[in-house]
Amino acid sequence: MIENRKGDWFEPRILGFLCNWCSYAAADLAGMSRMEYPPNIRCVRVMCSGRVEPSFVLEALREGYDGVLIAGCHPPSDCHYQSGNLKARRRYYLLRKLLRELGINPDRVRLEWASASEGQRFAEIVKDFTERLRRLGPSPLKVKRVGAE
Amino acid sequence: MGRNRLNLAIGLGATCSGCDITIVDLAEYLPKVLSSVNIAFWPTAADLKLKDLEAMANGSIDLCLYHGAIVNEENAEMARLLRRKSKLMVAFGSCACFGGVPGLANLATKDSLLETVYGTPSTDNPKGLKPQGEALVGEYRMAVPKRLDAVLPLSGVVEVDYSIPGCPPQTSQVKDAFEAILSSDLPPRGSVIGPAKNLCDECPRKREGKSISKIVRAHETIADQERCLLDQGILCMGPATRAGCDAKCIKANMRCEGCMGPPDGVGDQGAKMLGAIASILGLEGEDKMSEEDVARLMDGIVDPVGLFYLFSLPSSILRRRLWEV
Repeated sequence: MIENRKGDWFEPRILGFLCNWCSYAAADLAGMSRMEYPPNIRCVRVMCSGRVEPSFVLEALREGYDGVLIAGCHPPSDCHYQSGNLKARRRYYLLRKLLRELGINPDRVRLEWASASEGQRFAEIVKDFTERLRRLGPSPLKVKRVGAE
Repeated sequence: MGRNRLNLAIGLGATCSGCDITIVDLAEYLPKVLSSVNIAFWPTAADLKLKDLEAMANGSIDLCLYHGAIVNEENAEMARLLRRKSKLMVAFGSCACFGGVPGLANLATKDSLLETVYGTPSTDNPKGLKPQGEALVGEYRMAVPKRLDAVLPLSGVVEVDYSIPGCPPQTSQVKDAFEAILSSDLPPRGSVIGPAKNLCDECPRKREGKSISKIVRAHETIADQERCLLDQGILCMGPATRAGCDAKCIKANMRCEGCMGPPDGVGDQGAKMLGAIASILGLEGEDKMSEEDVARLMDGIVDPVGLFYLFSLPSSILRRRLWEV
């Protein structure tokens, strides 16, 4: 990946937390169907989007990821554990508020729903998110190490 | 000065000195402490100068309790000096442990902080003077310590052996710490001196519900004395805060603000609390809620950083505000 010093052209790195039952299967389907989407995302399979703690997202940002995708089953009722996706949704909106107050563009974190049959949708999400992050530029945490004296 | 007395230093960073009061508050236990220690350095209570401290041999102080955050070069220098002179360095109080309330300065820039202190209309400063770091006054070069870019906990500048959190720490914790040190029965290095569990574990209130539909701010209601504050919609920090304070605020019908910092196994107190609140808020009828409805509900939390990170911003994952938005 190429990144110049000013960061006006760069390739974003995305960390994706995908739920085992829907979104990871969607990513699998996208791959098996040979759909093309940007290689910018690294996927972590979690059992449920409700498993994704806010600290996971903050850690990912601290480690220099430009964006974090959380993907789970469609609300209200697709969740394998009944309400994990709704929990993820509540956390997500509160986390966005926190990020804004901490001066980080909340659009760097994205919550999406993709069922196991929606490989195409998953590919579109990654395409669109990558494009948006390209426009946003590199994460402010990547440019500047925080807390240094 | 008895031979077997413990050499004790108490160092100060950016502190309100409430932590000093905790030591004095040892009350009937204080004479026992004082008869077994020799105060090597304690600017609040003993007339010892910096040069006296500098003259001491490295490692000659047995125990240093350091309270206050690290906000400027002087604090950092003092912490390093005391670290060199001390065998055991203890972060004493929430500011030294996590950055504390002064750590909220990490939401602002150096310039905007100076502007707030020296430039607001209520300030009598007709010439608009601000600290310069260095200035020539007549023939003398005067210097004030430069502010660091970000407020740090003590562990941000030196290695810390033990932490005693609390704002201020409880006298019982201080007593336990002294007893442990005087009897050389110390917990593993790096431990926090206090219970491992969260405040809910020692909270006397009754917890019933598992969900709240609306956030109630402390000034909007008089809380029921018996029921869990979270059940009443008041955002008590108990679930993400270490026990050990004997639930003092809770017993005074006030919500926990989180001064004891995160319990064992939790790195980021605010993120933990954010997760906990989001787990219980707005469950009723949420399957019919749109994304906008959920966003609006969360807008009830006006200042998430001030609420979740009142004492721990400098030791949280992100540590400070950035300026992207």
